[in-house]
Amino acid sequence: MNGFTKLALVEGRLFLREKFAVFGIFAFPVALVVAFGLIPGFSKPQKSLADQIGTEYIAGLGIAIVLVSLGLQVVPTIIAQYRERGILRRLAVTPVRPLTLLVAKMSVWAVAAILSVALIVSVARFAFHVPLPVKPGWFVLSLLLGIASLFALGMLVTAVAPTARSATGLGVALYFPNMFLAGIWIPANQLSPGLQQAGNFTPLGAMLHAVRDSWMGIDPRLEYLGIMAAWTLVAGTLAARYFKWDRA
Amino acid sequence: MTAVIEVRGLTKKYGDQTVVDGISFNVDQGEIFGILGPNGAGKTTAVECLTGLRRRDGGEVRVLGLDPKRHSQRLYQRIGVQLQESQLQDRLRVAEALDLYASFYPHPADCRGLLDRWGLGSKGGTPFAKLSGGQKQRLFIALALVGNPEVVFLDELTTGLDPGARRATWDLIRQIRDSGVTVVLVSHFMDEVEELCDRAAILEQGRIAALDTPAGLVDLAGGEYQMRFRPTAPLDEGVLLLLPGVSSVTRHGAQVTVTGTRDFASAVTADLARRQVIVADLRIEGRSLDNAYVTLTGRSLETS
Repeated sequence: MNGFTKLALVEGRLFLREKFAVFGIFAFPVALVVAFGLIPGFSKPQKSLADQIGTEYIAGLGIAIVLVSLGLQVVPTIIAQYRERGILRRLAVTPVRPLTLLVAKMSVWAVAAILSVALIVSVARFAFHVPLPVKPGWFVLSLLLGIASLFALGMLVTAVAPTARSATGLGVALYFPNMFLAGIWIPANQLSPGLQQAGNFTPLGAMLHAVRDSWMGIDPRLEYLGIMAAWTLVAGTLAARYFKWDRA
Repeated sequence: MTAVIEVRGLTKKYGDQTVVDGISFNVDQGEIFGILGPNGAGKTTAVECLTGLRRRDGGEVRVLGLDPKRHSQRLYQRIGVQLQESQLQDRLRVAEALDLYASFYPHPADCRGLLDRWGLGSKGGTPFAKLSGGQKQRLFIALALVGNPEVVFLDELTTGLDPGARRATWDLIRQIRDSGVTVVLVSHFMDEVEELCDRAAILEQGRIAALDTPAGLVDLAGGEYQMRFRPTAPLDEGVLLLLPGVSSVTRHGAQVTVTGTRDFASAVTADLARRQVIVADLRIEGRSLDNAYVTLTGRSLETS
């Protein structure tokens, strides 16, 4: 078994031991879907939500919360901790490169995100008769680009933050504005046009539009996919350029 | 003896500050080589240049014939490193950690045996965060050995260990050396270097102040030994002063203290035996690297 597979398996096990994180990523979004799904009439198209089924709208929010929590809270905090505690440094003096650990760690989180989305979609489908995503190809692509762009942004935060504490702080500072602009708390169509426009340019806002559209059967606008791809490329390149392997 | 580590004029700068200033030494196969010095003397930086964690600014380094700057990947398969102040993932269990690191190497050691030898046999299922300081330290030593390395670098080996565990650790390090592994030991503990090292370099502000066997370092510093005893018959102290190596003789009540260098102690005991003076409570003290260190570097480790 090569270093990557072994590291991914071990990190997967470590992830499952973090009960709080597992709850947040799997149970919380499902609870959200169930709580709203039980409201009478909510599983029908809602005028206030541009005719999207209420439960489907909430399921989309659940997906967004999972991705943004992983990308802007879990990624910066844990990776910066691994650096600060000398785990990356210790790995640097073995035949395995510390980069392998980062990739293994990201893969574990990406798989967790995908499984969580599968769970959200299944619960919505089987408990509340919400149709499966009508454009599955676009749905999956939007999801993958969402993961890539938010993880890249999380890595950029880790790259510029000198300590684990500052990485967490900076992550949180981006987390709430991203959620607000993407319309997690107030539906995006109730925000002012300027804020709506700003939200479209955030990775989370673009992801949420693309995921909702493809779920409802509309081809997502290419701008949204392009915005996510651009965030992935720019944040990812900057992160790779400025990432420090050793504590400050 | 063949040199497994060759260092010529190794230099490392941080900005305009020279931390390691052109040091040279060889480490022979199968020896325990100590690098001793106060905090900030450049010990850790020097070793980091040997293990490829830092890129040197000047000089030549070969470890097992490989340049750590260019062939670090090949080197990492053959060396083991224990770093100062390193941690593992909180929830990673002891046996998992060892098993994980073993999977990185082409010819790993038997993990079970390593755990037992380092007193972690019953801790296999314990998460890293729940280990005591000493257990963490022993785990890191085990991790440094799990790849069956030809050279091990140990930085501050016994920090955090209680006196009993330190002794046990020293015994195990000797066993490692006896199995043919070369050990490079970074330490600021005199007793550890004196007890364990075949040779040691004293580093002082990035330079080697002295390099010799521990006993040689003591001699180099002209370290004096003290010998104390109670003679059971009357004794003419003046006669002892004439013996080779003896520098002073004093008496406090019934106790006589003789100070001297090198082999003075055997000269004194031989002389007493010849004159049939039986002594009680014989003690020889002050044969310490501690004193030698102060002499050689002009300061003590504790205050620097």
